Amino acid sequence: MSHTTPQSVSPMRAAWQRLMRQRIHGVALAFLVLLVLACAIGPMFSPYTQAEQDLELKAAGPSASHWLGTDSLGRDMATRILYGGRVSLEVAFLATAVAAIIGVGYGMVSGLAGGRVDAVMMRIVDIIYCFPFINFVILLMVIFGRQFWLIFVAIGAVEWLTMSRVVRGQVLALKNLEFVVAARANGAGFIHLLFKHLLPNLAGTIIIYAGLTIPGIMLLEASLSFLGLGIQPPDASWGVLLGDGSRVMDVSPWLLLYPGLFFSATLLALNTLGDGLRDALDPKSMSQQ
Amino acid sequence: MIRFLVSRFVQGVVVIFTVITITFLILKASPGGPFRSERTLSPEALAAKMEYYGFDKPWPVQLWRHIVHYATFQFPESQLFSGRTVDEIIVSGFPVSASIAVPALLLALIIGVPLGAQAALRPNTLEDRTSQLAATIGICTPSMVLGPVLAILFGLKLRWFNVSGWFDTSDWVLPAMTLGIIYSAYIARLTRGSLRETLAQEFIRTARAKGADNTTIIFKHALKLACLPVLNFLGPAAAGLLTGSFIVETVYQLPGLGQFFIASAINNDQELLIAISAFYAVLIVSFNLAVDILQAWLNPRIRLHA
Repeated sequence: MSHTTPQSVSPMRAAWQRLMRQRIHGVALAFLVLLVLACAIGPMFSPYTQAEQDLELKAAGPSASHWLGTDSLGRDMATRILYGGRVSLEVAFLATAVAAIIGVGYGMVSGLAGGRVDAVMMRIVDIIYCFPFINFVILLMVIFGRQFWLIFVAIGAVEWLTMSRVVRGQVLALKNLEFVVAARANGAGFIHLLFKHLLPNLAGTIIIYAGLTIPGIMLLEASLSFLGLGIQPPDASWGVLLGDGSRVMDVSPWLLLYPGLFFSATLLALNTLGDGLRDALDPKSMSQQ
Repeated sequence: MIRFLVSRFVQGVVVIFTVITITFLILKASPGGPFRSERTLSPEALAAKMEYYGFDKPWPVQLWRHIVHYATFQFPESQLFSGRTVDEIIVSGFPVSASIAVPALLLALIIGVPLGAQAALRPNTLEDRTSQLAATIGICTPSMVLGPVLAILFGLKLRWFNVSGWFDTSDWVLPAMTLGIIYSAYIARLTRGSLRETLAQEFIRTARAKGADNTTIIFKHALKLACLPVLNFLGPAAAGLLTGSFIVETVYQLPGLGQFFIASAINNDQELLIAISAFYAVLIVSFNLAVDILQAWLNPRIRLHA
């Protein structure tokens, strides 16, 4: 089927082809899909639950019945890692969604409004950039009781700044193009312009920056949980497992090693795919390749 | 220039007092008042404490009191560490954080810049791929994994350093190494990207056409411009490191500012929380200003806008 000439390839399809030109991107994508599947349905097939304790076994190395060993309370590590991955991935995606919604909304309004409104809104972003975010997040977590929903809302609420800047820049470039001017001449209102004309054209940019934000957010969640300020026991995220593991690393190093491997591999895949998406969707950065 | 400095100074002061206000408001919105963790206090003692710290007043009065404290440099007393003012605590924790941050930043630059530059000069070679892979692995190895791994290797196995605490003169080495390695990965990536972009620009071609040799082009023309993104990254990074890396200080049990912040957050020590947040804001504002001035000096095309 070679009737598709270069002109007839849709932009998204072309981007997909550029993305898959490098095998490493395919590998990263396949790894992430497998990981998501394993975290989503893996725990169902495990003979153990993540909180089930076997106090006689205590911390034991990998064996036939516990593939990745058990922790100091005799809980199956493989199950805990998959379950923790589910929590970590959920927080990462939800927090990224929160950050993207705030950032895109703010950036679009600022860019389209232009003039003094834009200047003030961007100056506010400049000022917020100087805030000690991690301190605010820690404070919020300590004070409001470390609830699951608060974790991603708090992280999302501080991670939207770069997205808003990038989106605003794109809107500035788009809003003087003919199709927007034409829509405006036809009497399109502010909201209509935002949702019908600008948002679809921002999709690529939004995907790129969301992709680049996810690993950072995963790290932030893991840091909070590592410090005991994020996900609370008996629930577990990878940060919780790493925190537990680092306290007993001298006697049972596998409790640090396996969650660490999973976490690093996931970050690696996310970063690789994020960079690949940027190169595939952003013609400007392609020229550097 | 003067106008720029004055305007940025005013902006910085606004930022610092906004941070104080926001921290205060988050604390005020918290369920349960101060001293909630001290259950043994009798009602009279609690009332006395509340009055001592001014918590019996309505919140706008309290906020105003904080602002006046910081505006006049009359720093309040900590609640958790009673008898010590917050600036004394910051002065005791800051050297610990700084003696990790400074070597970490130096290490990051010493590893990161040559690694990135070398990769950029030989694009798509084996060297480039290797250094890129090393940098990516560095970025994907969070400090909560790398820290314990280094502690096991150099502390427990080789016994070169202590694994935790702040007693020996060599106790800064492992924490600084942990942070330095991770930050060097970011710096290597930034250097590579921006140096490649710079080398593709017109003025480099002009310099080549002029007959300038490669060393001059790289060191005199390209690196100067290519280090701008690195500088942009270093400003906030340095501020973050100087106020204490929460993870590394926890892993190695160091009495730095990060640990003080977490302790005061858990114990709801409002005075100390506000003080450390404000200190952090001061550092970020100053470093960002320094970065902007350096950038304008390195790249004449950047103007300092008031």
